[in-house]
Amino acid sequence: MSKNKFDYFIKGEKNNYEVIIGLEVHAQVSSNSKLFSGSATKFGAEPNSQVSLIDSAFPGMLPVINKECIKQAIRTGLGLNAKINNNSVFDRKNYFYADLPQGYQISQYKNPIVGEGKVLLDMPYGSKEIGIERLHLEQDAGKSIHDMDPSSTYVDLNRSGIALMEIVSKPDLRSPEEVNAYIKKLRTIMRYLETCDGNMQEGSLRADVNVSVRQVGDKNFGTRCEIKNVNSIKFMQMAIEYEANRQVELLDEGKKIEQETRLFDTKKNETRSMRSKEDAHDYRYFPDPDLLPLKIEQKLIDDLKKTLPELPDNKKERFMSDYGLNSYEANVLVSEKEISNYYEEVAKLSDKKLAATWMMGDLFAMLNDKGLNISKSPISAKNFAELVQSIKSGEISGRIAKEVFELMVESGDNPKKIIESKGMKQQSDPNELEKIINEILTKNKDKVDQYKSGKEKLFGFFVGQVMKQSGGKANPQLTNDILKKLLKG
Amino acid sequence: MSEIIKKNLSEIIDLIKKKEIKSEELANLYIDKVNKSKKLNSYITTCFEHTIQKSKEFDKKPNLNSLLPGVPLAVKDLFCTNGFKTTAGSKMLENFIPQYESTVTENLWKEGAILLGKLNCDEYAMGSSNETSYFGNVINPIARDTVPGGSSGGSASALAADLTPATIGTDTGGSIRQPASFTGTVGLKPTYGLCSRWGIVAFASSLDQAGPMTKSVKDCSIMLEAMVGFDNKDSTSIEKKKENYSKNLKTDIKGLKIGIPKEYRVENMPKEIDELWNKGKNILKDLGADIIDISLPHTKYALPTYYIVAPAEASSNLARYDGVKYGYRSSKGNDLIEMYENTRSEGFGDEVKRRILIGTYVLSSGYYDAYYLKAQKVRQLIKKDFDENFGKVDAILTPSTPSSAFKIGEKTNDPISMYLNDIFTVPVNLAGLPAISVPAGLDKKGYPLGLQLIGKTLDEQNILNVAYAFEKNCNFKNEIKNWWL
Repeated sequence: MSKNKFDYFIKGEKNNYEVIIGLEVHAQVSSNSKLFSGSATKFGAEPNSQVSLIDSAFPGMLPVINKECIKQAIRTGLGLNAKINNNSVFDRKNYFYADLPQGYQISQYKNPIVGEGKVLLDMPYGSKEIGIERLHLEQDAGKSIHDMDPSSTYVDLNRSGIALMEIVSKPDLRSPEEVNAYIKKLRTIMRYLETCDGNMQEGSLRADVNVSVRQVGDKNFGTRCEIKNVNSIKFMQMAIEYEANRQVELLDEGKKIEQETRLFDTKKNETRSMRSKEDAHDYRYFPDPDLLPLKIEQKLIDDLKKTLPELPDNKKERFMSDYGLNSYEANVLVSEKEISNYYEEVAKLSDKKLAATWMMGDLFAMLNDKGLNISKSPISAKNFAELVQSIKSGEISGRIAKEVFELMVESGDNPKKIIESKGMKQQSDPNELEKIINEILTKNKDKVDQYKSGKEKLFGFFVGQVMKQSGGKANPQLTNDILKKLLKG
Repeated sequence: MSEIIKKNLSEIIDLIKKKEIKSEELANLYIDKVNKSKKLNSYITTCFEHTIQKSKEFDKKPNLNSLLPGVPLAVKDLFCTNGFKTTAGSKMLENFIPQYESTVTENLWKEGAILLGKLNCDEYAMGSSNETSYFGNVINPIARDTVPGGSSGGSASALAADLTPATIGTDTGGSIRQPASFTGTVGLKPTYGLCSRWGIVAFASSLDQAGPMTKSVKDCSIMLEAMVGFDNKDSTSIEKKKENYSKNLKTDIKGLKIGIPKEYRVENMPKEIDELWNKGKNILKDLGADIIDISLPHTKYALPTYYIVAPAEASSNLARYDGVKYGYRSSKGNDLIEMYENTRSEGFGDEVKRRILIGTYVLSSGYYDAYYLKAQKVRQLIKKDFDENFGKVDAILTPSTPSSAFKIGEKTNDPISMYLNDIFTVPVNLAGLPAISVPAGLDKKGYPLGLQLIGKTLDEQNILNVAYAFEKNCNFKNEIKNWWL
């Protein structure tokens, strides 16, 4: 793909097709208890150990809204630059399933808590705004486990009733790359807000993907298919790719696309029909009579707005103007709150630009290699800043710095201590250097003569000798200057 | 001694407080009569060991300052009782034993009352004659071939037959007031939200409300006081200071404005109901109240509205009875769907199925706007009718039912005529208002008839006062002859 121009199109027999994607992201609300009960929400607990009478829908049990979840939804809405609705309604979505104890899911249908908003993506071809249609709160279902017994299905209700935010995008996404950027951006925003941990392995973030195609230039949308419950970005991208190509093939054959719900088979890398529009559930939504309409005072919204942390878009702007970073660097460094905090701590104590380069280079490579989060980094921000300063001041060379870095990772020690104890300090005393260089020039008289008669390539040879002699510690700039001066003479 | 159980609750409380009778003695009197009255089929479950044990505990350390000191009480089998079967009158919950106590019954036990047993009711409170119960129909003690009304039919029958000194029911469309009217007893449906719904098997959440059923208005005020209270486990519970209904009960109703809605004079209503209504007006007039003609123009839409809203909510509320977690599960079926179908086909009775089907239909896509949404709009109009008139009047007087107790089997094959029995009670539930049915006279067969007083939101004290004054001047006497003993 070209870096500067959007070019994700599916080639058909006669025409090129554009892919239209909309996402319904299900994000688990970070909260200690469930949406309508006091049960705990810890991941990985013993099956059915976090289930109340309400979650298991015993007769006469009633839901009571968890105010913390409401606040989390409002915070998320504000983070998506969205309108918070002062009045919203909880509805019942009715269907039967073994892991849905009530026989209905409490959700929000016509009047969600959060209305239209937007998310900004940084794509190689420029920034792109993705519209948010709405965000609503709903209960998660339990989990059916089909593979524990050949003839029975087991049900774990720990997840039953946990609060989810369904974030519905407008059909503004146009490629798997944009979907990747969108999901990551949503996750970053929610992690900054601490409203969803965004952990896809644990199912805290899943999505239904709506895909349709249309000929380039066409103004109308084609018929869409919904791919249910995809739980990794990679699978989302694979599913979109497969589905878009499937649809284009159908159109090329002159066939029609049926509106349907499809499943993505991760093993076969294909989508399969789950149910057609005709078989679609009639969920019989209606307002839950056990719950009053949700009224949110403007004051609560205003108060929450005041306590919002600086969000990634603003932080990026600030990093660019305050620290002189370019857009790419700023983007990487704000992608996680912990990374941006680490960077700011380092930047306060050292050269801002050099700090960014070294963080994004060696530090990230090391963390990636070890599978560590930056909060678990063996090198503290303070020590890292000292390392950067040692490079900047010329105390050590970049090459030596890499060695110091390795030793810091191993020992967790302060770089100064390492440089001192291993004698790794750069040789920056001009008199000392001149002495070494003079020795080398005397030893290699023939080469000096060749150099002087025009074989200037030999300059590198002399530098190499100086480095060899000094154990790599000679200050390269100074070495160059002195060499030039002495060779002239 | 057996004369004691004929007494009103307030008189029995006095006897206990004066230590003229012990809780255990009282319990034994009721247990004895319950054992001899199985023909009425008003009890589904008894728990006499528990009753005796608790009454002994009470007698050892009697707290006489509580509202219901050591009083044995049976309750409608729709209230979940911790450790005691709660069936809702359904095969689906035939063997269901809750591990929790409903807020309302918990409140009663906190005031010193003791559980005597669980009373029969229409299945999931759906019915007006207590003939839909899986545990068989209940007989009205006034005559061996009559129904006690429903859905709190077991409660009304047991109360009228002196098988409990007072009781509680639930009222979704008249299920307390209609059986009270049929059995010559007092029944009050409080303002929606006054009593917690937590732990009551749900029928229609936006209409369900628990309330007292008693032999006198004073008893009613005591029971109401014991039942009510804000409950943070019910999101529709009203946060409000508790009132002393019994202490504040008074007979002075001079200058009160009583509205008479012309729309409640329905076609084919027996003449004696009209006469009874007039008698009520005259009594209140003689007591110094102003009688004012009013109009509640949307009354005629109340019944159809109710039979859309209530089944819609029920169809969803009853989805949890699927055989997966508790309750009845059919042994037939090869997969989950077949298990559901068989469980629900075998576990629910006809009336419940009828309402689930109606409710599912009115919520279906394509029908929602025409039925459910329209019904919600009409419901607002019905509420508005009341609101507008409560600017002019303090309470509204109507008949409780369009007829006296009917014969067993008379309406079982005609659901519409059965539904029509709720015509005067249903608008009150739709508007969320309090209303009390108080016995007013006997028809020519000697069957009791009640009048209904409808009050403003949270104005229970006022309708209790009017009913109290009316009761004192009406000289109603229930003639129950213990024919079944």
